[in-house]
Amino acid sequence: MLHIVNKSPTERSALASCLAHARKGGAVLLIEDAVYAATKGSAAQASVERALRELPVYALGPDLDARGMGASVIDGVKVVDYGGFVDLVIEHRTSQSWL
Amino acid sequence: MTQVAEDIEREAGAEAVVKKFMFVNRKAPHGTIYALEGLEVVLISAAFDQDVSLAFLDDGVYQLLKGQETKAIGVKNFSPTYRALEGYDVEKLYVERESLEARGISEQQLLVAVQVVSAGEMAELMEQQDVIISS
Repeated sequence: MLHIVNKSPTERSALASCLAHARKGGAVLLIEDAVYAATKGSAAQASVERALRELPVYALGPDLDARGMGASVIDGVKVVDYGGFVDLVIEHRTSQSWL
Repeated sequence: MTQVAEDIEREAGAEAVVKKFMFVNRKAPHGTIYALEGLEVVLISAAFDQDVSLAFLDDGVYQLLKGQETKAIGVKNFSPTYRALEGYDVEKLYVERESLEARGISEQQLLVAVQVVSAGEMAELMEQQDVIISS
């Protein structure tokens, strides 16, 4: 399952809830304000790094760039473009948005 | 199956394919429109004879509390609709135990019979679905 999160981790609990339910074999994609979770020094950094031990975490490059965060991505988080977003959706049997 | 669903199926000329749909509710009922809109979609999908289940976690568990009185805030009290779901053959309602506990809610305070499951069991149920729709 591909888990898609679009809310800032410091404003909403969507990412925390997502990470509590994501399983090995799945993947997490951070888009829109959720990309802040993929940046160094964020309050969510530890939980993202913990998640990375179990499954891949991706962040959408255009959303990072738009927020001036393109150079601050946590090691291990993979940055994808819109084409990569589509590839992830295709690679996983199901997708779930954590609104 | 409803007449509308039958007509659509005949027009499509397709064999009925039953998929597992889970509607995931994570929002409290009246502060945003998510819960009401989500419930409307559940009722629509029930007309198409799919394998439908509902999941309630995080603030979504507040949707199922007994005794909601919305008259004074001028919005529709749609909470009785959850009790009508059985009539649409929507009988799988899963509520996450950790979410209830974090909010001081007991199963007895819920307005409909549900299956209380752990976060781990909820994750497993999500994995089993063909389609997940979040609201």
